[in-house]
Amino acid sequence: MTTLLIIEQVLNGLQFGVMLFLMAAGLTLIFGVMGLINLAHGSLYMVGAFAAAWVAGATGSFLLALGAALAAAAVAGVLVEMLVIRRLYRAAHLDQVLATFALILIFSEGTRWVFGSFPLFLDIPDALSGPVSLPGGIQYPLYRLTLIGIGLVVALFLWWLTARTRIGIQIRAGENDREMIAALGVDISKLYTLVFALGAALAGLAGALVGAIQSVQVGMGEPVLILAFVVIVIGGIGSIRGAFIGAILVGLTDTLGGIFLPELFKLFMEPGAATQTGSALASMSVYILMSAVLIWRPTGLFGARA
Amino acid sequence: MIAERWLNMGVLLAFLAIPLWALAVDEPFTITLATRAAILALAAVGLNIALGIGGLVSLGHAAFFGLGGYAMGILGFHAQSFTALELGPLTIEGTKSMPVIWAVAVVVSALAAWVIGLLSLRTTGVYFIMITLAFGQMFFYFAISWGAYGGEDGLSIYVRNGFPGLNTLVPIQFFGLVFGILCLALALQARLRLSPFGLALNAARQSPARVEAIGLNPMRLKLVAFVLSGAITGLAGALFADLNRFVSPTMFSWQLSGELIILIIIGGVGRLMGPVIGAALFVALEHWLGGLTDFWHVWLGVVLLGIVLFARGGVVGLLTGKAGPHV
Repeated sequence: MTTLLIIEQVLNGLQFGVMLFLMAAGLTLIFGVMGLINLAHGSLYMVGAFAAAWVAGATGSFLLALGAALAAAAVAGVLVEMLVIRRLYRAAHLDQVLATFALILIFSEGTRWVFGSFPLFLDIPDALSGPVSLPGGIQYPLYRLTLIGIGLVVALFLWWLTARTRIGIQIRAGENDREMIAALGVDISKLYTLVFALGAALAGLAGALVGAIQSVQVGMGEPVLILAFVVIVIGGIGSIRGAFIGAILVGLTDTLGGIFLPELFKLFMEPGAATQTGSALASMSVYILMSAVLIWRPTGLFGARA
Repeated sequence: MIAERWLNMGVLLAFLAIPLWALAVDEPFTITLATRAAILALAAVGLNIALGIGGLVSLGHAAFFGLGGYAMGILGFHAQSFTALELGPLTIEGTKSMPVIWAVAVVVSALAAWVIGLLSLRTTGVYFIMITLAFGQMFFYFAISWGAYGGEDGLSIYVRNGFPGLNTLVPIQFFGLVFGILCLALALQARLRLSPFGLALNAARQSPARVEAIGLNPMRLKLVAFVLSGAITGLAGALFADLNRFVSPTMFSWQLSGELIILIIIGGVGRLMGPVIGAALFVALEHWLGGLTDFWHVWLGVVLLGIVLFARGGVVGLLTGKAGPHV
């Protein structure tokens, strides 16, 4: 167990965390502004990844692929919002869960119908492949480092958008009192569509970026979706800051737990049993973290209301 | 419009008639399908106590379903390998007896529901949905990484467990057993809903503050409902494992929790027969659409969307012309 390994794993955890943040930011905005539980957010992530893989396969350009991912996910988001979601804003949580679960089924099987069951591959662009030397002699993949950078830039952008722009003021006002902001002359339904499209585009971007280091396949969205929910629940639903801190916490816990828990158990157990107990506990660690946070603060770290 | 009482009777009779008809024309697979529907219905009846009467939207009921399944799997595994289960100072022999397995499944899932409920009921609304989901996921990942009982591959039990006086390997006899339990659970729920406890629980869903003001503890009402609900779903899990003679971590998956909620919503939330109608329709759709196309989930999704958008109150609501309770 060396310092180098620890730093590398911390970077991996950060990379995972910022990608979760891209998913969680959209989810938390959508919930905060519209009060909607969107289980289909993982499908938008998948749509982004498939669009990117398809465009990259056809043109060979990674930048075009990213653009396609953003556009495809945003368009899918706008369509879904206008056709289905719009009817659910006043519905019970239960109806929202069911309707968006139905959307997952339609998106997943529809994608399988179009692209088949085999995974697609999206290559890391040449300019970003290979390792880079960090101070202290650490070799780290440039692409993953770029992902961390992109995640941080998006986080800054979202902070600027919500805290410093007119749209941001409207979004925050919409979270607090939707009747009042409608009465003040803001077109609330246009604002909702915009927020949904923004959230969808972020999910699509995350799908495309992560798609280059994993395979692009049907069902890739659901594990990330569940983790993104864990993130926003830890952070407090509706809070971008909470989503960021939650995402980093979850990313680090998941990555570091998988490496260090088995080692920790080896200190006082035999190696075989320690590996098993450690990895069992590691795979549960994120959920243990979440229930601990909720038991301590029932509305999450930065959540104001239930 | 049909009175709900007649609808309920009709549904139960049809549920009994279809396997009997299948027996007459020698279609054992239809009996197995009906058994599957009855078991899923039982699991959903359990969830409906928490969700329909108590308003507790649990997206983690697969935890109890899976615990019931693994109770059967672990006991059956030790019985077929003639080894004992060592639990610290305790030594437990495996068993092939259904009543014993059911008792274990009910107790284990009730205990789990008590702990999960105690912790989760501190939260409300979306947070409750998410924390129950988290507990379900904990069990799912634990089952995957726990190699002693098959891990990700699951565990096969070669011979179906026995029930005194019955040959459970004959499809119609096993169906009869499952159907009997389902009827008992339905009778329990019907009785519960009109009991002082059920009325108080119903009130706790609608207005916890007022329930508290008349001196009842809404938290305790909900916890009892959650434990009862988990225990019934756990029993269904044990039966499901016995139907397939196989348990695997997918019994803990969140998709299964989602499906249980779907069954209830298709039928009608808080309705006595909602889960039964939902499960029967779900299994029928799964079988019929699955035979037409490999991509039947697309059409299932479309049907579900239609129900949410246009038929609030589910099938029961549609047929009786009354909206169900609001959750």
